[in-house]
Amino acid sequence: MSGANRLAGAGRLVPARTARFSFDGESLTGLEGDTLASALLANGIHLVGRSFKYHRPRGILSAGPEEPNALVGIKRDSARYTPNVRASVQEIYDGLQAVSQNRWPSLVFDVGALNDLASPFFSAGFYYKTFMWPKAAWKTIYEPNIRSAAGLGVSPSEPDPDSYSARYAHCDVLVVGGGVSGLSAALAAARTGARVILCDEQAQMGGALHFESGTQLDGTDGFSWAGEMARQLSAMDNVRVLNRTTAFGYFAQNMVGLVQRLSDHLAVPAPGRPRERLWQVRAGRVIIATGAIERPMVFVNNDKPGIMLASAARVFLNHYGVAVGRRVGVFTANDSAYAAAVDLKLAGIDIAAIVDARSAPQGPLIDKARVLGIEILTGHTVARTTGRLRVSSMTVAPIAGGSQRAIAVDALLMSSGWTPSVHLFSQSRGKVAWDEASDRFLPGNYAQDCVSVGACNGTDRLETSIAEASAAGAAMAEQSGHKSRGKMPRTKMETSESWGGGMLGAAPGAGVEAKGKAFVDFQNDVTAKDIRLAVREGMHSIEHVKRFTTNGMATDQGKTSNLHGLAIAAEALGREIPKVGLTTFRAPYTPVTFGALVNHSRGELFDTTRRTPMHNWHVGQGAVFEDVGNWKRAWYYPQPGEDMHQAVNRECRTVRESVGLFDATTLGKIEVVGPDAAKFMNLLYTNPWDKLGVGRCRYGIMLREDGFIYDDGVVGRLAEDRFHVTTTTGGAPRVLNHMEDYLQTEFPELKVWLTSTSEQWAVIAVQGPKAREIIAPLVDGIDLSNEAMPHMSVREGRICGVPTRLFRMSFTGECGYEINVPSDYGQAVWEAIWERGEPHGICAYGTETMHVLRAEKGYIIVGQDTDGTVSPLDAGLQWAIGKKKTDFVGMRGLKRADLVAGGRKQLVGLKTTDPKTVLEEGAQIVADPNQSVPMKMIGHVTSSYWSENCGHSIALALVENGFERTGETLHVPMPDTTLAVTVTGAVFIDEEGKRLHG
Amino acid sequence: MADQLQRAHPLSGRLVSNAGVTVEPAPEAPRMILRAGKSALPALSKALGVKLPTKPKKSANGNGRIAIWLGPDEWLVIDLQSGDPAADCAAVKVLHSAVDVSHRNTAIIVSGTHSAAVINGGCPLDLSLDAFPAGAATRTVFGKAEIILLRETEDRFRIECWRSFSDYVFGFLEAAAVDTDG
Amino acid sequence: MLLIHCPYCEEERPEIEFANAGEAHIARPSDMDGLSDQAFEEFFFIRSNPKGLHYERWRHIHGCARFFNALRDTVTDRFVATYKTGEPKPDIAAEGKDQ
Repeated sequence: MSGANRLAGAGRLVPARTARFSFDGESLTGLEGDTLASALLANGIHLVGRSFKYHRPRGILSAGPEEPNALVGIKRDSARYTPNVRASVQEIYDGLQAVSQNRWPSLVFDVGALNDLASPFFSAGFYYKTFMWPKAAWKTIYEPNIRSAAGLGVSPSEPDPDSYSARYAHCDVLVVGGGVSGLSAALAAARTGARVILCDEQAQMGGALHFESGTQLDGTDGFSWAGEMARQLSAMDNVRVLNRTTAFGYFAQNMVGLVQRLSDHLAVPAPGRPRERLWQVRAGRVIIATGAIERPMVFVNNDKPGIMLASAARVFLNHYGVAVGRRVGVFTANDSAYAAAVDLKLAGIDIAAIVDARSAPQGPLIDKARVLGIEILTGHTVARTTGRLRVSSMTVAPIAGGSQRAIAVDALLMSSGWTPSVHLFSQSRGKVAWDEASDRFLPGNYAQDCVSVGACNGTDRLETSIAEASAAGAAMAEQSGHKSRGKMPRTKMETSESWGGGMLGAAPGAGVEAKGKAFVDFQNDVTAKDIRLAVREGMHSIEHVKRFTTNGMATDQGKTSNLHGLAIAAEALGREIPKVGLTTFRAPYTPVTFGALVNHSRGELFDTTRRTPMHNWHVGQGAVFEDVGNWKRAWYYPQPGEDMHQAVNRECRTVRESVGLFDATTLGKIEVVGPDAAKFMNLLYTNPWDKLGVGRCRYGIMLREDGFIYDDGVVGRLAEDRFHVTTTTGGAPRVLNHMEDYLQTEFPELKVWLTSTSEQWAVIAVQGPKAREIIAPLVDGIDLSNEAMPHMSVREGRICGVPTRLFRMSFTGECGYEINVPSDYGQAVWEAIWERGEPHGICAYGTETMHVLRAEKGYIIVGQDTDGTVSPLDAGLQWAIGKKKTDFVGMRGLKRADLVAGGRKQLVGLKTTDPKTVLEEGAQIVADPNQSVPMKMIGHVTSSYWSENCGHSIALALVENGFERTGETLHVPMPDTTLAVTVTGAVFIDEEGKRLHG
Repeated sequence: MADQLQRAHPLSGRLVSNAGVTVEPAPEAPRMILRAGKSALPALSKALGVKLPTKPKKSANGNGRIAIWLGPDEWLVIDLQSGDPAADCAAVKVLHSAVDVSHRNTAIIVSGTHSAAVINGGCPLDLSLDAFPAGAATRTVFGKAEIILLRETEDRFRIECWRSFSDYVFGFLEAAAVDTDG
Repeated sequence: MLLIHCPYCEEERPEIEFANAGEAHIARPSDMDGLSDQAFEEFFFIRSNPKGLHYERWRHIHGCARFFNALRDTVTDRFVATYKTGEPKPDIAAEGKDQ
């Protein structure tokens, strides 16, 4: 048996196909196709949660995505736990475990419910006013306590083991919503041959046809028709039909985000398959057919379990075969609730009374209810309800005044009318307009290529909806270049579902004088009183009222509450609703998992990880890596028992005494080719290039137009018309962009082209006194002698039989080579050199040693010793500026008043008094340590290391007028002490540069 | 001197073979980036044996070579028969720039009925046959990497990317290749 | 994600293939060396930053790699026109009308 309230012969589920599930540990039975809400109701369970602020018992309000109350946790295993799942959306499967939230110790007895009794203290704005003073208590007492009490549900603490997928898709027409309008529109568009995507958030297409018992289409009941149309659409090659797919966001130029739930309804999801799929759909045209959402009535105690929307009760009855009560009351200001009463009555359920706030409602549905003998109390209101964990009675009262009476009920259906779902339209930046005649906001001016059809467009009659949707489907397809072919089949229809009426704001009797809580926003526990209080406290804009009360700010985004809140505020302000305004709808329409948004971009795929061709060798040698941009670079290579300092000291020593091998592949490389190559280089670099001979290299400095250093690197001239330019690792993409920018837009007349060759070449730096001796036997066709190939030269030839561009250059101050070989040969060549070097005590050195060795020589690192405000003059690189040049990027900038004025910060060396003390990079420098605080800071440390080769610490620093301060003692204040330092030149080893030429 | 060293393909040994899609590294091939103005194209096309396309998103085949339009003066030329396209260009005395990128780029072949869907897992382009027919090619993005995408046939794509991005691109394709239904 | 019409690729392409490159039609002075401080300031530092129609540069960096110019509305993000580097500015008054 799938629940005592399941009615035999009712609904569309198959009684034999049961599914076991649990709620708060209690084992229950439902049917395949049930939502958790329908399955709980079938088992007579209305109490499913506690409210956010007052911990009031709450039940199931709706049968759809608008649900504000019935939020539960769904658990598959310890890692697969999802909080705040709407029970009205979650489909059950065999083995589903659901738990209630926001209660302790249990749902039935909840300590937090004391908040309800203390509610006079918890009115709107309570937090803002109460926790103002003393200020210090906010951090220590108020915030931690509020935080522990706040929030709904608990996040899982384990990593999400599921995978999520993503897909970009394009179509001519995207139809959002698979009700009668959406299906009609999709069919009309699809029949033209246009590419169509139709999505609907529910498991099956049909929308309102899930509950509309009075609609016949093409001679069959509405829901079956919807299924048949969906089947026809699915069979078409040009159509993609997506169930369980929510259009959650409408972005610029018809980009619509969809989330498709693939496995949350399955008892055993296929292993490795994605749980959800994010669709980013670029649609030529969008047809919004999102329907309408029924509103509750606002009256005292309208939140007790068992009180729900009338249409929800119809869904539970007509689709799931579940009776929501045995003696059901109805409170309405709208005809549609009568249809619910009639359906229930015909199913054998006792209707206690229909309480209608209207004085003289008329129409076929009202007549039908009368014929069935249902008591109808027109001009009445429900003053309040009673019942602790479920509604047990409603107290009805004539609106005009008179005696009240309590009527026993076990469920109460309500409807104050229907709100068109303009969320997506509003997200598309369309402007809603107030429709006086029907008291509702409807799509007004469109901002994008979309159209709204059916109930979300305020089209109430079924016949009109179908005609409007079909016409829109054909028109949208035609606008995207697809003509209608032949005559469209017309849908034959018949319906008794024609509704009128409705009201906004508090029901009669729930006005200013009413005692008790009449809820507007169930999820955030906002009452009509709270909204009136906000107005009294001076909130006159709906945006302020919303934020002060939090009305509509919960995860349901006020789908059932916004209009009531607005109407109550308007009434309190004495202004018309359109004058008060509507808050903007924002994406997502319903909550979206982070998993879907992140999809593939997690773990290894979170970002690109770039590895050099020699990476595996470094791994094999136990290298520790550091991230440089997206690159993994070998940082240092500890030998057994070594810490970082010991490893770096050994590497530093070995390079200067013997030889070291360094992976410099990550340097950017740009090939500059063309007859105007030298001209172009002259414009982009400070240096003169005309006279650089073929086969020679030069250290180049690139400036921005403002005269500050942008990048640097060694440039080799391979031919009259061909330069091999290197850039910093991090600068590679932006330097090429900078060069392309000038070439394409400022110097387009130059005959030169740029091509990135960063990854064409693996670069092996062999540095140290024994470098030449080690590589010589491996090299073919290049004379490596000092005379034939001096420092700063480049040759093309072969090494180990493969082509090489062999640079003689050094970033260590030693005699050295940077061997460029095609990347796929990088590791093999590296290994060959390594083998040759082993008898000589060769070491591999990482980026840390590279940093120390270059600092010993005073070579700058752009971005470390410069920060975008350092000119070549500040860095002591005036020698690299071509004095006779008439133009280069940054030349004019160098002459700016600020750059030539005294007091510039200049790059100098620092030595600490105690040679063992290593300064902290970034530490500030002062002239007089005894001055009063705040001290005048005259510079800062940019690089600082222990230099094993010098036997003392070394540092580079940018210091005001630094060049004039050589020999001066300055001070570096640290938290616990002040360190004295002496200003020196920036070169600590081999100032004459003899070693380079060895 | 030592014998020619073996090339180490960055994706050597990788393979994804799922229902409806296969992802595999393409064999090594000489490649160059060719830059030239309009007037040089006839001579260069002749030297290469493939007519350099002059329209966006186009590629051309000839002489065992593929030429892909990348920009108004930029082509990627892939030689599937281990020739030397840069040397062929060097033989013609027209203004151009030919730069060898054989090792800069590596390529991945995605084939099978679901290949477009799998590539659309990370590529934002419309890959319908109307918008991106066989022979269409362009530089674009795939996830967080830049790629050059060539549709060789309806169900077979070649993805060129820089060597150090190939692990990411292959891994992303591998992840996307799990999701071939829908 | 916006769609941007690349004048070189002759079609609309997704925004993530592009990079913005600041205000357009600021020519680098030919006589940089003789430029007054004020003229340098105007060239290098001063930008119009309008609310509304804005001439700006974009680069189809992950496509054809060309820099081009665009007329974009900074309020609505709408691209009114894109055109090749070196081509004259479209007339704002004329282009603005069809909004």
